Amino acid sequence: MSKNGVLTGTFFMNGDAACAEGAISAGCRFFAGYPITPATEIAERMAERLPQVGGTYIQMEDEIASMNAVLGASWAGVKSMTATSGPGFSLMMENIGLGVMLETPCVVVDVQRAGPSTGLPTLVAQGDMMQARWGSHGTYEIIALVPSSPQEIFDITITAFNLSERYRVPVIILTDEAVGHMSEKVVIQEVAAEDLVSRKKPKVTPDKYQPYKPDKDLVPPMAIAGEGYRFHVTGLTHDERGYPAMNAEAQDKLVRRLSDKIRLNRKDIIRYEEIDTEDARVIVCAYGITSRIARHAVQLARNEGIKAGLLRLITVWPFPEERVRELGKKAKAFVVPEINYGQIVLEVERCAGGKAKTLLVPHMGGSVHLPQTILEAIRKAAK
Amino acid sequence: MPHIWCAGCGIGLATACFVRGIERAGLDLDKIALVSGIGCSGRVAGYVKVDSFHTTHGRALPFATGLKLGNPELKVAVFSGDGDIAAIGGNHLIHSARRNIDMTVICINNFNYGMTGGQLGPTTPLEAYSATSPYGNFEYPFNLPYLVAASGATYVARWTVLHLRQLERSVAEALLKPGFSFIEVISPCPTVYGRMNKRPRGLDEMHYYQEKSIVRNGADPKEADIVADGPIIVGKFVDIQRPTFFDFRNKVLNKAREQKKL
Repeated sequence: MSKNGVLTGTFFMNGDAACAEGAISAGCRFFAGYPITPATEIAERMAERLPQVGGTYIQMEDEIASMNAVLGASWAGVKSMTATSGPGFSLMMENIGLGVMLETPCVVVDVQRAGPSTGLPTLVAQGDMMQARWGSHGTYEIIALVPSSPQEIFDITITAFNLSERYRVPVIILTDEAVGHMSEKVVIQEVAAEDLVSRKKPKVTPDKYQPYKPDKDLVPPMAIAGEGYRFHVTGLTHDERGYPAMNAEAQDKLVRRLSDKIRLNRKDIIRYEEIDTEDARVIVCAYGITSRIARHAVQLARNEGIKAGLLRLITVWPFPEERVRELGKKAKAFVVPEINYGQIVLEVERCAGGKAKTLLVPHMGGSVHLPQTILEAIRKAAK
Repeated sequence: MPHIWCAGCGIGLATACFVRGIERAGLDLDKIALVSGIGCSGRVAGYVKVDSFHTTHGRALPFATGLKLGNPELKVAVFSGDGDIAAIGGNHLIHSARRNIDMTVICINNFNYGMTGGQLGPTTPLEAYSATSPYGNFEYPFNLPYLVAASGATYVARWTVLHLRQLERSVAEALLKPGFSFIEVISPCPTVYGRMNKRPRGLDEMHYYQEKSIVRNGADPKEADIVADGPIIVGKFVDIQRPTFFDFRNKVLNKAREQKKL
């Protein structure tokens, strides 16, 4: 263990544990959560590790309280996180919206399991993808990252904190039960201080400070409680002073900026991985656990002489529209395997713009796709 | 200063007592964090020049918990209404009191949801009229001091907005006392609750408080139920010593350190 309690070394670790370690490496020192399969191990690890590093773990009475406690701790200046699964994610929605509206840096982990409702609590699905984007009411944009291995969960959790601090927005880590509960090699290296991002601090004195006056990047510097700024923030539509401004003009200005803050900084935010797409006629677009099976299916297809490639989404929101549009012009078809009845496929189809066909390979949940199933779809798409 | 409250509303009085209570307690204004919920009472946060957070309905307490745990040096206060804190926020209320988190909660009880037009709430007296009880309320209301004391709060008081001096003193005491402090403030809502229940002016309600409130410091909160048009028992009911959340946490973690478990 390094000086500040960050765990360094090579481990055989499950995804949930890797997420907790990633958070601690990123500087997270507050976790508020509620037990829910398959995310509970994140809470348990944080309960053990946070006191070791001078942080705070609290188990709140429900997921709604957990999300609010995370927002409060962030406003006290602490990097904060919660973790849950589908049913808890649904409960957190209103206050994720509060986080967006107050522009509060924080990380929300959803270890997806099969739904709807109680569903299959211990088994994998990818059914919350659209919910992550649209789950809270009103008009907003969000950032959501999708890891596909315990190592990647570790790395992505650090990225999530950095993005949330830079853009002052809740960032969702949309993992799944398979990745969360699998154990693999995780290499943890010391993260250099300059690779960690913290929210911009005000550059003016309290008398001149306006909580929602943005810089050129559309992100306002953030004062925290207790430093003499005496600010007011509200979930009501507000002006740059932070006070309620209940009219259409203020709504347009604020809500547009909250979305543009993410949209205009897409190049910095969007991440994906491409394998063999340069000459691909069929591109498999996949994410999370499914992308690992898809990778194998693409290899099998290549072995049969089909020019297949893989576009593996790492950020699912904002969706990499530009890249999918580009690929859609060259490829014959997209194949989208996902453990739901068609969610991200809708985005792929939209961006394919009628140029490339889009073929969904659905799985309702409870287990993962077989490579053969995806291969058959690739063959069909290649005809 | 322009504000949103109706003529005859008592929230302004409660806010003034709160501010004077802060002065009386001699607190550093830079260290105060005020969290409010949704409703007329929730608007207080926007009128006090301290770090203030107008959060979602019923969720001021967990937000305040996060603030306090994130920075224990903050002096955290919560302003909330009867519906915000005891209906949608009820679960958070009992758990925050149970934990004995160091914060001060001012609950304005005007017996209805004023902002949305006067619907019944968990403190609306039996048989009282409201926008959603046009024939009279048939749900027995909470006795908030009893509920909160039973949940573990270490300071529990109730005053009406007529009891300005006592309320100010209670605010100062509560702010200075470690642990979970809860002050229920009975207030007129002449525009809706009062109008529907034969007391259409703020002054009518204040006369009622004057006639019917009985100061009983140290009273058993169990005896403080409120019946429509009946007596209102006010006073400082509970002022006890009990370890706070931080006391419990420090004790347990220090022991774990001694045993080399942490």
